[in-house]
Amino acid sequence: MNKFIVSPSPHAYTDESVPKLMYGVIISLLPALAVSVYFFGIGMIIVSSVSVASCILFEYLIQRYMMKVKPTHLDGSALLTGLLLAFCLPANIPFWIVMIGALAAVGIGKMTFGGLGNNIFNPALVGRVFLFISFPVAMTAWPEPGQWMHYTDAVTGATPLGLMKEGLANRTVGEIMPEVPSFLHLLVGKSMGSAGEVSALALLLGMFYMMYRKIISWHIPLTILATVAIFTGILWLANPDRFADPLFHLLTGGLMLGAIYMATDYVTSPMTSKGMIIYGVGIGIVTVLIRVFGAYPEGVQFAILIFNGFTPLINKFVKPKRFGKEVKHG
Amino acid sequence: MSLKTFSRGGVHPPEHKLSAGSKIIELPPPEVAVIPVSQHLGAPAKVLVNRGDQVKVGQLIAESSGFVSTNIHSSVSGKVLKVDQFMDSSGYRKMAVQIQVEGDQWIETIDRSDDLVRNSVLPAEDIRKKILEAGIVGLGGATFPSHVKLMVPQGKTAECLIINGVECEPYLTADHALMMERTEELFSGIQLLMKGLGVEKAIVGIENNKPDAIERMKDITKGSNVSVQGLKVKYPQGGEKQLVKAILKREVPSGGLPIDVGVVVFNVGTAHAVYEAVMKNRPLIDRVVTVTGKGLEKPSNFLVRVGTPVSSLIEKTGGLPEQTAKVINGGPMMGKALSTLDVPVVKGSSGILLVDENEARRKEVKPCIRCTKCVTVCPMGLEPYLLMTLSEKSLFERMEPEKVMDCIECGSCSYTCPCSRPLLDYIRLGKAEVGKIMRARKAV
Repeated sequence: MNKFIVSPSPHAYTDESVPKLMYGVIISLLPALAVSVYFFGIGMIIVSSVSVASCILFEYLIQRYMMKVKPTHLDGSALLTGLLLAFCLPANIPFWIVMIGALAAVGIGKMTFGGLGNNIFNPALVGRVFLFISFPVAMTAWPEPGQWMHYTDAVTGATPLGLMKEGLANRTVGEIMPEVPSFLHLLVGKSMGSAGEVSALALLLGMFYMMYRKIISWHIPLTILATVAIFTGILWLANPDRFADPLFHLLTGGLMLGAIYMATDYVTSPMTSKGMIIYGVGIGIVTVLIRVFGAYPEGVQFAILIFNGFTPLINKFVKPKRFGKEVKHG
Repeated sequence: MSLKTFSRGGVHPPEHKLSAGSKIIELPPPEVAVIPVSQHLGAPAKVLVNRGDQVKVGQLIAESSGFVSTNIHSSVSGKVLKVDQFMDSSGYRKMAVQIQVEGDQWIETIDRSDDLVRNSVLPAEDIRKKILEAGIVGLGGATFPSHVKLMVPQGKTAECLIINGVECEPYLTADHALMMERTEELFSGIQLLMKGLGVEKAIVGIENNKPDAIERMKDITKGSNVSVQGLKVKYPQGGEKQLVKAILKREVPSGGLPIDVGVVVFNVGTAHAVYEAVMKNRPLIDRVVTVTGKGLEKPSNFLVRVGTPVSSLIEKTGGLPEQTAKVINGGPMMGKALSTLDVPVVKGSSGILLVDENEARRKEVKPCIRCTKCVTVCPMGLEPYLLMTLSEKSLFERMEPEKVMDCIECGSCSYTCPCSRPLLDYIRLGKAEVGKIMRARKAV
């Protein structure tokens, strides 16, 4: 007599899994990683390796010895956090600072909430902001691209957004623009900034790959980019001497990296397409407000963290369109 | 040809239509038949026979016990061995009539010839009466008594009949085979249903993975007021609400039925049974069942008498493959896993699917990463992740406003979850609990 397995339906499952999704994102990051290594050389190699290794190690140690659960450090999510953290650090930052950032990202950003799936804030951004506040000098010294064999000793300079912010104190946009890398250079990534954020082209390539694989939908990244473009476009049209043009805003700073990779983090973004659009518009507006009117040259990291905080609220109030209107019974 | 589909949610599981194109093989009656008196949605039928009685094929052995109930006829001839509780495919013991088969004697009124009888002069009322008497239920799987659907409630009007030839469940090909081989009969059945319902228009919905069936149905319905609509392959398009949406762009209201938007939906199998009942006086005593699975030598479509044990059906395909770990009554998305092969084929059995060890088990459950896939695929616009969490925490009163009762249990959420979370299991639990809350409120 055969014994059969009995379980409720469905009896078929996709072959999708957390590691597959995570490694899909990691594959999509490879072009940006290659560009970064090309421009920042050994610095990027050290920073990204240390970041990835520390994130995996800290996840393992915390789960094994503090939470006493079965470690999930190899499911790809710690690797991804490590890679994204490296992407938003300067490539010349000392490795021990990277390790502190990794500890903040995994420890504070992820594990204090109970691990993957429970965190409110994007772990990589938590790590970045932690370092930004703790090591403001190291976190704002940007190596010039093309110094292959230089790590902490690389020559540094200001980011395009930094130049703009500082310059606008006493000059017009038109006077500052010649000092900013050309749009072509911004597109390919020959510019100063965090190691992985410089190449808009590589990041967009990654975005299309993720959309093709259906890992992310268009809602979050395109809403953020469109909001930034429209908002800065209005300001630019109102006063082109005071406000830089939308293309400048789209191609500089961490906007692409933030919109495509940080804001789209599954765990910390809304569950419905309508919610994603609200979230994206919010991030876009706050980013521009900080960039244009705030004290910091770049605001995308804070904008995303703020709206990570709003996500549970958005999920509570923004529901998907239900099938079929309600009928009155009776 | 423009293809239509429903707009919200849906998944596309691998189709695995292994038995597609195989001819319907008629099986002889089994040695012993077990005919449950509850093969339909609603009240069980009332048994009319006793131990020792002789019965013939087509004889009424249990009669409808209410409006939402239906007649049960003997599918075999022989002696009643027992009227007792037998396990059915739900795993519960239910009242059934066990018959020792002797020969194959049919009651005289049944026309057993293959001659096609076309033009019916019967008035609508008589058609409905015949359908009621023949014990016809929805053969797509829901087994809702068909005569109930034909009684349009006061204040509502039926404008359009939709015939469901979607067969969106992977593996199953019974409806496909029926459309290919019994096209004329099916067409006649559709016309009878239109007359019984009093509608001027009928549309047959067929998914595009059956181009031969679309073509065959188009040929035969040419020049009539029955049209054929090709549909993009997407699960669960065979769900009534999704099908009405796909074909007519109308949304059946929450808690409502297709008739609320002027539509009545019948499965192709049901339409075929209607032809048999009305034109040939043949009650519903057999049906086409797909027996399939990757381990089977020859997956096939069989015409099987109701009451035939699943075990003897599997024998006909060359016996149970050794590596079989799960036997599913129905398709992989909505079918029920059987604990034993000793259960009878009933009116609602559309297929028997054998699954081997490596596909029979669920994967390890991981924590939810809020990837939104379950929300994206839900055809009813629900939030399965939220419903599961509420159900896990026994917050059932919060599930009702989240529309848990709209869930059609298609399983798209559990299918698509990358963390293998048992979403539908918990939603079913929630539905049962919310049902209790709602009934208690009504009782007050």
